[in-house]
Amino acid sequence: MTTISQPDDATVAGMGEPARSQATRRVRGLSDRAIAWLFIAPTIALLLAINIFPLVWMIRLSFTSLNLSMSYLPLRFVGLDNFTDILGDEDVWFRLQTTAQFVIWSVTFQVIIGFGLALLINRQFRGHSFWTTIILLPMMLSPAVVGNFWTLLLQPQIGPFNSLISLFTGVPPSAFSMTGQVSLAPWTIVLVDTWMWAPYVMLICLAGLRSIPDYIYEAAEVDRASTWRQFWSITLPMTVPFLMLAVLFRAIENFKMFDMVNLLTSGGPGSTTELVSITLKRAAFEKWRTGYSSALAIILFVAVFGAANIYVKALNKVKQR
Amino acid sequence: MRRMRWLRGTAASVVLAAAALGGLGSGEAAAQGKQLTLCWAAWDPANALVELGKDFTKQSGIEMKYEFVPWTSYADRFLNELNSHGKLCDLIIGDSQWIGGAAENKWYVKLNDFFAKEKISMDDFVPATVVGYSQWPKNSTNYWALPAMADAVGWTYRKDWFSRPDIQSAFKAKYGRDLAPPKTYDELKQIAEFFQGREIDGKKVYGAYIFTERGSEGITMGVTNVLYNYGFGYDNPKKPYQMQGVVNSADAAKGLEFYKELYKCCTAPGMTNAYMQEGLDAFKSGQVAMQMNWFAFFPGLYKDPNVGGDKIGFFVNPAGPNGHFTQLGGQGISVVTTSEHRDDALAYIKWFAQPAVQQKWWQLGGYSALKAVVDAPDFPRSAAFAPQFLESMGIVKDFWAEPSYAQLLLDMQKRVHDYVVADKGTAQQALDLLVKDWTKVFKEQGKQVASQ
Repeated sequence: MTTISQPDDATVAGMGEPARSQATRRVRGLSDRAIAWLFIAPTIALLLAINIFPLVWMIRLSFTSLNLSMSYLPLRFVGLDNFTDILGDEDVWFRLQTTAQFVIWSVTFQVIIGFGLALLINRQFRGHSFWTTIILLPMMLSPAVVGNFWTLLLQPQIGPFNSLISLFTGVPPSAFSMTGQVSLAPWTIVLVDTWMWAPYVMLICLAGLRSIPDYIYEAAEVDRASTWRQFWSITLPMTVPFLMLAVLFRAIENFKMFDMVNLLTSGGPGSTTELVSITLKRAAFEKWRTGYSSALAIILFVAVFGAANIYVKALNKVKQR
Repeated sequence: MRRMRWLRGTAASVVLAAAALGGLGSGEAAAQGKQLTLCWAAWDPANALVELGKDFTKQSGIEMKYEFVPWTSYADRFLNELNSHGKLCDLIIGDSQWIGGAAENKWYVKLNDFFAKEKISMDDFVPATVVGYSQWPKNSTNYWALPAMADAVGWTYRKDWFSRPDIQSAFKAKYGRDLAPPKTYDELKQIAEFFQGREIDGKKVYGAYIFTERGSEGITMGVTNVLYNYGFGYDNPKKPYQMQGVVNSADAAKGLEFYKELYKCCTAPGMTNAYMQEGLDAFKSGQVAMQMNWFAFFPGLYKDPNVGGDKIGFFVNPAGPNGHFTQLGGQGISVVTTSEHRDDALAYIKWFAQPAVQQKWWQLGGYSALKAVVDAPDFPRSAAFAPQFLESMGIVKDFWAEPSYAQLLLDMQKRVHDYVVADKGTAQQALDLLVKDWTKVFKEQGKQVASQ
């Protein structure tokens, strides 16, 4: 490696003239900085090609009237029309509301259930590893599989879910449809998402619980602190940063949720469970409104990015405490 | 050093193996010679087409490769392919509504010169299929496809249930008329109500199966069968794109209300997002007395060991108070502009247009649109559903085939599903909103939309 570093009289001192000139040539050929660039250049090129360029292109398209199903029409620069259209569209606001409700409820349930499971799994008991694996299974499945699998489970006539509810409530299984009724469908997507992702929150919380040193609990026991007191004063405060991290990850993911909900309800009944990601997909790849959907994607990106940044700042403050 | 040698050795082997495989591949390709890729939906008629295509390969030496995509993603997949000027498909059997966009965007090769050269006359095909699958603008002489698969919405019913004396007498006692395939939507609803929740052979059955799917085109393709017959139209025939009072007339609203009533009173539980496959499942499992579905599926249903043969009957979409129409389905076959095998693709169309090939197409389970086949004296006797198919093809109406059809379709999906399944607003409000949506789409497209 020294042969390709900056010229250094000490390293070349004592060498014969040909050796010295060869070393100088190699040094001149490739500096450390050049080598560093050489190594990162492919990655940068790849990032530029598949991330930055499409992003810049999308920003450009968002100011145009481009509709791919009518690409024979001349491309018009429409300024901020797409953005004002979106922000003035009542339907888009409804979809954002639906998405916000889905994110809030699903993340809340996932945190409560995930944290509860982590507390249980954190204790050593017989079959501990077996139950951990079972609990983690849902999050290992593909959302497409989960969507189809739950569609069958929730089928009013043959699905076991309705039969189970019927067993406890006495309501006939075919009297209600979890995915087809306006009052139940939003809760159904929350239920399925919670089933799938609560184990993920459990994993993060488990990492938090395992990071609490035992001596703190030992000191608390010496002070005769009750289990409840230990939970409120040690366990919960020390796992809060982990919980906040789980909330951040799940909120971002659920804001983008598409596949599972699309398979379960296709956004229905009507538009009851149409999350904003489904609206975006329909605008971009079914209606082919490329300019409009680019603008919508930018609005969503800015909203998620802004919210995530505020949240990360809050998370850092909690960590510093 | 040993490791380096091993790595070099492995790399050399990989390169040699790749070269060998490449050589093998090109050798195979050379042996196979010419090949055409045909894109269509994955359904029963596609299997018949594969069978039929073997004759083409035998005659021309051109291998046929098929790209079949399930209906739910058929439009997404292939419109994306066409939009991006992909070279996957040489031939495409594209949906009737795509014709406007395909012609305007020059995705399809214009076939006028080819038809003239090969003496293929559009007068030889059923008029509705020429207008529906081939022409753009509609009723012009610009042809972009050869009618390939004629189709429309029809109905199947459980003939064995309808003919049972106990059921017949119970029906007559209740309604004072014989139980027979319905001629009007009022009769259909009556029959559906009669069967709803009835126990037959120890099993609870339901009245009717109708389309309610939200994601692609399902509920629109279902509801239009009722709407047309109640007086719904797309625009004023004298003033193109004038939709006010045509799309949302009081009669059209009554039709939409009727569809909702039918959905509420007489369908099986959980049919909130159901299209072709769910209908087939419901009928095959003995769950419903009557099923709305495309004629394309009827050959398969007729062959079904449990509900086919003598147990199944067919009827034409019933009439309404203001007309008798049915929804057009089906597709034409086109040559994709980006195909590098245009001559071979045209050769396929020339072969496919021959009366003998069209006759075999019908026999294998496809639906020919050639008059020589469907107007033949023995055609009505050639299949149990042939008379109903023939009658239906005479009363078909199609959805918009404008380049913006996808937007128009998704708007209708939303408004109708919101009202029928999600109980949002009234029928009149749903149709008023639809007029608003469609007006916006046409204005964006630069069309003059008259309000009255």
